[in-house]
Amino acid sequence: MRDFVYRNPISLDEARQLALEEGALLLAGGQTLLRDMKRGMHAPASLIDITGIVPKHIEFREGEVSIGSGATHAEVAGSAALREHLPVLASLVDHIGDPAVRNRGTLGGALAANEAAGDYPAACLALGATVHTTTRRVPAAEFFVGGRTVLEPGEIITAATFPVSRRAAYIKFLNPAARYAMVGVFASCASDGLPSIAVTGARAQGAFRWREAEAALTGGFAAESLRDIRLSPENLVEDLFADAAYRSHLAAVLARRAVALASGPAPGVVVLTHGSRSADQQAVTQVRAV
Amino acid sequence: MAAVSMTVNGRGVRGEVEGRTMLVEFLREHLGLTGTHVGCDTTQCGACIVHVNGLAMKSCTMLALQCEGAAVTTIEALAPPGKPLHPMQAAFREHHALQCGYCTSGMVMIALDIARRFGEPDEATIREQLKGNICRCTGYHNIVKAIAAGARAMARQHP
Repeated sequence: MRDFVYRNPISLDEARQLALEEGALLLAGGQTLLRDMKRGMHAPASLIDITGIVPKHIEFREGEVSIGSGATHAEVAGSAALREHLPVLASLVDHIGDPAVRNRGTLGGALAANEAAGDYPAACLALGATVHTTTRRVPAAEFFVGGRTVLEPGEIITAATFPVSRRAAYIKFLNPAARYAMVGVFASCASDGLPSIAVTGARAQGAFRWREAEAALTGGFAAESLRDIRLSPENLVEDLFADAAYRSHLAAVLARRAVALASGPAPGVVVLTHGSRSADQQAVTQVRAV
Repeated sequence: MAAVSMTVNGRGVRGEVEGRTMLVEFLREHLGLTGTHVGCDTTQCGACIVHVNGLAMKSCTMLALQCEGAAVTTIEALAPPGKPLHPMQAAFREHHALQCGYCTSGMVMIALDIARRFGEPDEATIREQLKGNICRCTGYHNIVKAIAAGARAMARQHP
């Protein structure tokens, strides 16, 4: 890793100024960025650490949960307000990375990184979240673009707001080695009845709304509405763990199961791994306990 | 180079580090605390786990400079030379929860974090919580048993 200057500003204004300098990158937990810098994917001249100055507050207000961008995954997963009003999101966040990563990684960092197999971006897209920055509010559907985000230099994420959805579920199938989502599907039926399906892990550009599946669900938010829906294998990720056809099949299976879970008696999060029916049952139990 | 100061295992320390110096490098190479290991160096294996302000974190994926003013606890603090092993370390020995020992300090440090959050966790919880710690010798079975026993012993010690 090339050396850089570490800066620790004391206000968002100072951070914005420093972030506008040539070669500067923002550091908001670093669980993706520092790893990618080791791989040589970034070589910043300076890192502007905003961990201590961005908001961390989590609250429920007027049908939405607002999460400060500095909240760590552990803080989000443990938030009483979130567990009461949007438990599916608390449970999703409780399955990001691992416990040590969750003590360090933040909402803002995860949104800015927009990893190809990210869990948060799928939740933001399916729930219709809004990303709040130092200069504007951006709907999630416009925030994540082509594997990147629309963040401008010097622009800092301050919070995200999530409309509450009671009929919402997330199912992910883990990569057998590194345990990220080989494919994950977030299904939600908003309070106005509009269905949304977001898929993560399947495309290199990151999570996306699956419009064909959503169109099929407008006739009825039920798994059988998706019986004939297939995700085209074109442009899907292929690696040594799964080819495009496998990921396409997974997306269709997980979408049906996520819709069934979201419209059932105990919506939540299920984490699946290779060859284990008991792991499936365990995950359901765990979520029901939330 | 920049100056950094923090508390490590109860002792105030200072050092001059580069921006890119990771916490684990500071602990091992500046302070000589080599009980914390570097395994994968990509945030996956957990051999580098220490506690920062009471929370388990991967010291290969945080900068030393981010720990300015923080309280860091490493494996060395659990049982000073000549003193009895910590109950979690004793459980690892009792249950043969290590072979080569490379992952062990990270396993013990995450085990303490698991015990803090879950008290006396069941087997499924322990296995799920070990997602970020990799052992290539034992197949985890004895590690899981040791963490259950260690957490039980800790709960008895401080009910």
